[in-house]
Amino acid sequence: MDAILIQILNGVDKGAAYALIALGLTLVFGTLGIVNFAHGALFMLGAFCSVTFNKLLTLSVKVKDEGVTLFEAFKEEPYLKIWFGDTGLAIIDYSVPLSILMAIPVMILVGYVMERGLIQHFYKRAHADQILVTFGLAIVLQEIVKATFGANPIPQPPPEIVAGSANVGLWLGLGESVVYPWWRLIYLVFSGAVIFAVFAFLQFTTYGMVVRAGMRDRETVGLLGINIEKRFTIVFALAAVVAGVAGVMYTPILPPDFHMGMDFLVLSFVVVVVGGMGSLGGAVAAGFLLGIVQSFASMNEVKEIFPGIDQIIIYLVAVAILLVRPRGLLGRTGVMED
Amino acid sequence: MKKINVNDTTLFLSFAAVILLMPIWLSPFGAAYPDLLQKFAIYGIFAIGFNILFGLTGYLSFGHAAFLGVGSYAAVWSFKLFTMNVLPAVAFGIFFAGLLALAIGFLSLRRSGIYFSILTLAFAQMSYNLAYSVLTPITNGETGLQLTSNDPRWIDAMYKTPEAGLPSTELFGLTMNGYPGFYFCAVILIICFYISLRIFRSPFGLTLRGIKTNQKRMKYTGFNTRPYMLAAFVISGMYAGLAGSLLAITDPLAGAERMQWTASGEVVLMTILGGVGTLVGPMLGAGLIKYFENIFSSFNSGTLHEVFSFLPDGLEVVVVKVTGLFVGSGWHLTLGLLFMIVVIFLPGGIVEGVQKLARLFRPKTDDDPQAPAPQKQAAE
Amino acid sequence: MTMNNLVLTLNDVQKSFGGLRALADVNLQVEEGKTLAIIGPNGAGKSTLLNVCVGLLKPDSGTVMFDGQELTGKQPHEIAQLGVARVFQTPEIFTDLSLIDNVMLPALSKRDGSFKFNPHLHMRKQTEVRDEAEHILADVGLKEQLDMEAGSLSRGDKRRLELAMCLILHPRLLLLDEPTAGMSRHDTNQTIDLLKKIKQSGMTKVIIEHDMHVVFSLADKVSVLARGKIIADGTPDEVREDPLVKEAYLGGAHQ
Repeated sequence: MDAILIQILNGVDKGAAYALIALGLTLVFGTLGIVNFAHGALFMLGAFCSVTFNKLLTLSVKVKDEGVTLFEAFKEEPYLKIWFGDTGLAIIDYSVPLSILMAIPVMILVGYVMERGLIQHFYKRAHADQILVTFGLAIVLQEIVKATFGANPIPQPPPEIVAGSANVGLWLGLGESVVYPWWRLIYLVFSGAVIFAVFAFLQFTTYGMVVRAGMRDRETVGLLGINIEKRFTIVFALAAVVAGVAGVMYTPILPPDFHMGMDFLVLSFVVVVVGGMGSLGGAVAAGFLLGIVQSFASMNEVKEIFPGIDQIIIYLVAVAILLVRPRGLLGRTGVMED
Repeated sequence: MKKINVNDTTLFLSFAAVILLMPIWLSPFGAAYPDLLQKFAIYGIFAIGFNILFGLTGYLSFGHAAFLGVGSYAAVWSFKLFTMNVLPAVAFGIFFAGLLALAIGFLSLRRSGIYFSILTLAFAQMSYNLAYSVLTPITNGETGLQLTSNDPRWIDAMYKTPEAGLPSTELFGLTMNGYPGFYFCAVILIICFYISLRIFRSPFGLTLRGIKTNQKRMKYTGFNTRPYMLAAFVISGMYAGLAGSLLAITDPLAGAERMQWTASGEVVLMTILGGVGTLVGPMLGAGLIKYFENIFSSFNSGTLHEVFSFLPDGLEVVVVKVTGLFVGSGWHLTLGLLFMIVVIFLPGGIVEGVQKLARLFRPKTDDDPQAPAPQKQAAE
Repeated sequence: MTMNNLVLTLNDVQKSFGGLRALADVNLQVEEGKTLAIIGPNGAGKSTLLNVCVGLLKPDSGTVMFDGQELTGKQPHEIAQLGVARVFQTPEIFTDLSLIDNVMLPALSKRDGSFKFNPHLHMRKQTEVRDEAEHILADVGLKEQLDMEAGSLSRGDKRRLELAMCLILHPRLLLLDEPTAGMSRHDTNQTIDLLKKIKQSGMTKVIIEHDMHVVFSLADKVSVLARGKIIADGTPDEVREDPLVKEAYLGGAHQ
């Protein structure tokens, strides 16, 4: 029981990231009809928003080190500490969650520029062309990040107060063996909130209603005289923001590097396929499901029976789904079933 | 088919001449050294094979690097176990890549459109991950598969006493590095081009183009499209395996990074840069990309400072800084940009661009040596 | 009138989409060499009927028999190889290929069957196939544009091309879904003449048509389909006078 719970917990945080990326991917596919291979790069850009924000907060100046009296010594001191003292240090400590404030406008801007500048010209082109051009864009974005931040992962610490682990086992009366890092718990709650917000937006606003109608039947909605194009831009920006904040909050779990976007993209595509192309609920469900499945496959007991299974399990599931139930777990019949 | 057939022989002969004479006409471009020429030929084979699938049927595979990798591994194993002769290595490379293509194709071709792309991508990633993990006994994991001094080499051992140091690949005594290596690859490339030409002109090729244009009509015309697709997929997989084995012949080691999906992306780019569905386009694309990769990667800030030394000081620093992004290890950035530019502005590739230009100057011609560049149309 | 072979027989064919019944217990018989026209208001299930015949849709129950063989459950290409060809409502042609290639492909299918691996052959040497393709293109009046890309044809020409692609298959049964829709009166008459000519060759045909002029020029028999049911059949003249038919058409107009 404990072991199962541990595996589930280990799986869900990765699953949450898959779900958030896949959500935007499937939203963009469902409404805009675009297969966006650069969506993983948006996740990566979000993560690097966090890195940048942290760098901005810790901008430092050389000051005289008063602690050393024997000779004249200097140390780096962040401006924030000089200006605000302990409050400044606290702000730096919270740089990861605070960087969401920066990530949201940045990702809106990125999404807007990407859609207006590139994607909109590909609405009427073949899926193959969309794949190719966004693939190129993904390479460009990751290489720019590599040139700016270097090739090595840059660790981002979570705030001091949640650096430890939560004793989840005790809460559930399972003994002390089940512990789970606080930050991962926060990530789960956070992604739940984001998913809820996206669904609420689509469900309860007129904007969202049009978007959902567009996912069902784009042409008719266009015929109703609704300015679809403008809404497309907003949908795309929304997807970018979701991927971006998912990336920001993931940085304490996985130190960001330039190719994390590509790594997550391939898996997120698999998630979308398993969930059903264009199905939002499917993307979320499949994201968590695959995260957990992967976590179980990496148990030693399983690996002993099927060596290497942890490396390929997600792909195996996807292949099986595509061959047996091409519309995916929750996909509608007739959507891209061929 | 217009006058195309008359020109096919000319096209083939000029292709062969251009390839064989590369050491001469590429020397003014600073590209006439064997290592690079070998790459041109090998990636040309890879792209020509990929084009048989993507160009004729329109099915975009994102997993062809897996076949390239398998070809390399098979060839190195042939060197390790049997003989340093390259012919068995080539045969093994083609055979195992074909076998893998048969399995992957059989499953992936049950779907079309983006699902096909994602399936092939998933299979390639699976192969890549396996090569890095459980298959380490076969692939030697991250280190890559290499020759060692205690390899058995049973066939060679029967009639040769092993020399000191690692042996090199050979064709009946002729060592396969330097120019002999290039000419070996070039001859194979020319054979591959000929096969591709014949496929393009055959009923089989026409059937594949029919599938690309209108699969529904093909079915209601009585064609069982899946075996045709599978045949095309396996052929292009074998081309990739052949290219992979040649990579191992010119440099006998094989690593899993050859199977990564960025490598699959590269062959796609070569094909579309040159011109999807055209005969010479893929070769052109492969050559250009490998050429520029070579040039761009060799630049560093030192050489850039030399190049831009004529500029005033302040400006020079800025220019060097900006161009520095695109060269050296920044080559991938250039590659990505190139990818986008080609797809956006020149979806028909260079061949179509040249044809357009030619039409501008000669308004009434119908003797283009190329098959008409296919027009893109919505796949679904 | 002697009873000929039955080429196509539908027995109690049913097909529903969700709750909607597209075909309800449809029984049809088409004799060898005859032309059956199926008419009916929009949404009556006419296209569904043809789709069931070529294997695009599987009936929920009932059987489709072609020349003594059951078609239900067979793949489209198998049905095509048996000798059933279809002209679609929107022309299904190879837009990227030249006209001659468009017609040579079906000829290859006729000659080589559903799959033949022949990359060693050369299209240039398939002279018989080419000659026949040129001949048939001449029959439909497209002789002049052999090397043109099919996508650049006018809509009417595309339909004629598709007809040529079906004719070269020498099908035993030809299914035509509104073969003259979108054609000018002149083109329509040409097509009627062409179809009449084919009829003399003994090819059996099923035509879905709105244009009564076409129906009465070509059909030996007419079946009227409304809301998935056959409400009348008989010779064109009999059907024209049927009160049920008039009502169905008026009713259809009001829907």
